[in-house]
Amino acid sequence: MTKEMTGAEMVLQALADQGVEHIFGYPGGAVLPIYDAIFQQDKVKHILVRHEQGAVHAAEGYARSTGKVGCVLVTSGPGATNAVTGLTDALMDSIPLVCITGQVPTHLIGNDAFQECDTVGITRPCTKHNYLVKRIEDLPRVLHEAFHIAANGRPGPVVVDIPKDIQFAKGMYTGPSNIRHKTYHPKVKGDIDKIKAAVELMAGAKRPLFYTGGGVINSGKEASHLLRELVKMTGYPITSTLMGLGAFPAADPQWLGMLGMHGTYEANWAMHDCDVMVCIGARFDDRITGRLDAFSPGSRKIHVDIDASSINKNVKIDIGIVGDCAHVLEDMTRLWRASNVQTDKPALASWWKQIDKWRARKSLNFKNSDTIIKPQYALQRLYDLTKDKDTYITTEVGQHQMWAAQFYNFQEPNRWMTSGGLGTMGYGLPAAVGVQMAHPGSLVIDIAGEASVLMTMQEISTAVQYRLPIKIFILNNQYMGMVRQWQELLHGGRYSESYSEALPDFVKLAEAYHAVGIRCTKPSELDFAIKEMIEVDKPVIFDCMVDQAENCFPMIPSGKAHNEMILGDSAVALDEAITEEGKMLV
Amino acid sequence: MNALPSSSHYPAAPTAQVAEPHTLTVLVDNEPGVLARVIGLFSGRGYNIDSLTVSETEHQAHVSRITIVTTGTPMVIEQIKHQLERLVPVHRVHDMTVEGRSIERELAMVKVRGKGEARVEALRLADAFRARVIDATTESFVFEITGGSEKIEQFVALMLPLGLVEVSRTGIVAISRGPEGM
Repeated sequence: MTKEMTGAEMVLQALADQGVEHIFGYPGGAVLPIYDAIFQQDKVKHILVRHEQGAVHAAEGYARSTGKVGCVLVTSGPGATNAVTGLTDALMDSIPLVCITGQVPTHLIGNDAFQECDTVGITRPCTKHNYLVKRIEDLPRVLHEAFHIAANGRPGPVVVDIPKDIQFAKGMYTGPSNIRHKTYHPKVKGDIDKIKAAVELMAGAKRPLFYTGGGVINSGKEASHLLRELVKMTGYPITSTLMGLGAFPAADPQWLGMLGMHGTYEANWAMHDCDVMVCIGARFDDRITGRLDAFSPGSRKIHVDIDASSINKNVKIDIGIVGDCAHVLEDMTRLWRASNVQTDKPALASWWKQIDKWRARKSLNFKNSDTIIKPQYALQRLYDLTKDKDTYITTEVGQHQMWAAQFYNFQEPNRWMTSGGLGTMGYGLPAAVGVQMAHPGSLVIDIAGEASVLMTMQEISTAVQYRLPIKIFILNNQYMGMVRQWQELLHGGRYSESYSEALPDFVKLAEAYHAVGIRCTKPSELDFAIKEMIEVDKPVIFDCMVDQAENCFPMIPSGKAHNEMILGDSAVALDEAITEEGKMLV
Repeated sequence: MNALPSSSHYPAAPTAQVAEPHTLTVLVDNEPGVLARVIGLFSGRGYNIDSLTVSETEHQAHVSRITIVTTGTPMVIEQIKHQLERLVPVHRVHDMTVEGRSIERELAMVKVRGKGEARVEALRLADAFRARVIDATTESFVFEITGGSEKIEQFVALMLPLGLVEVSRTGIVAISRGPEGM
């Protein structure tokens, strides 16, 4: 379709043609023409946030929970700079976003105009790609390209910076077409010879392990489905990164739990001792590997990733397969089935026996209390009372996030939204807004800490405005808990600036925002309070007062290997467990 | 540039000037990131760089000379020049086009493949352009040619029908005439 229209109208038309239903944003001088165009149409619904960072996190939650591209609209200058944290977060966690930023008119660019900043310069390192559109003729192509690039290959955020005069200018709009991009052609099909070699290596394994990550979620529901099929067929154990939770059901006996710094004992020991590691859509992050020279020393490693630069980045790989997880998993399952594999049954039996021994350590155990709510207990109760509902979980960043990953058992993909790579405190509340927007009838819970949630607390106002009944479940220990934990373990218990001084009364705060506030201080009242939270058809701030001193275990101290992890009830003196060198690696 | 309607809170564009090519010479401290800082002033405006050469010219002092050819209106180029001067690792900036009296040269290596009459003709033309043969096989030459951009353009155009394979060019380097340094 070709039609003459203004640049602002093109933006809305392109969004509609790309199937966008919701866009999160905040108006300002340099995007007023686009807001005028929003006013005059009804295909794309705009959600007004309270801060641009919130808009980006909301779009991330929206994208992560639907598999679609999330959309953001902000103004020039402070609008764009406020979006930077969210864009970086999306880049680190490979979340597909298109962020449209207003810019001062072309003739003022570079002249320190009001609300001007070098948006493409500032966002170059925190986007997958970005554009400054200086000619109206380029605008339709750039908009469609932005969606293509955001969603294909390794997903990520794309910024389109549109000067105000271009928004007013008239030009010919063309719809999305199947024109091949000039240079960007990510490879989705894996090299079949390498996949064959991988299947052969897997078939001969004595101590195999699947290690999967967010790439499986990004690849779509089909990838999770194929992963389950492959894991079932092989009978091999599986662990996952923080970002990959839900791709494989946590209720399954082959599931070892999350791995990494706060992963389970069995998952980390299995990583250390395995002889064949099958990494699918994960990137050997430092929170996963621990000490690199002691990382899984005896294993041969298969790595499937759509981003060739992830392979051999941190860890030497034996078989690297560049391709989309779903495509490669399809080939793997097909080849496994066709080659009628005979696995080494006795070896596998003794591998599982070993794994069961590790499991018997019950590394997630904690000492419960009748008088004070343990954060782990709160999450166990939250899980039990919500597991049969259509539930989506977001988190902030810190201890509560790790406990959520450990104690909330995800059975399906796209149900778990968390800031993994960047570790952005304040992610969870706006992300919950985005998730609830995409899933109006579902139960959306932000598992939060009292410190994180205050960073973006203003977005509760967005939730109230759009009647989004999100539940903010605050594990309130009156500390930046993870900071406090590290200070206890590494810095002699000197709790420098980690106490949450002068906290607001969260119940009154909720009421001030026209939301509902619930406080719970006793374990005996917890179930009733959680049920009340679920029942209320309004945004809720749930102030769950928990043990201030609780630490998150198990834990691999920085600079240590997988087989040197600390358990909650273990007798290892913590001072001895961390080397001076390890302190540098925090 | 498009005229802004009265609903904009930004001033309208000044009477349009014609964009023209400018050659800028920038002396900088040779440190990581300095090229990105310099280039950022152009890309931030959506300006393309037509040619760029960088090399350390004073090893003891770790000073590099950057020569940039870009196209823009005189006002904007002047603004970029001043913003370049403001960058911390930049020593001096000269707009060779405005200051005049500068010499600009490029070096190109031109690969031509052919046999028989075309091959002889290529060699003859190379001679006329004072291009040197720096690699030869029985069916190819690589010529080295230096000169102004127009001379190189012309030479490349002449080689095209004679079996041009590829061209590698340094981009423009410039220096002022006369006894004075930068």
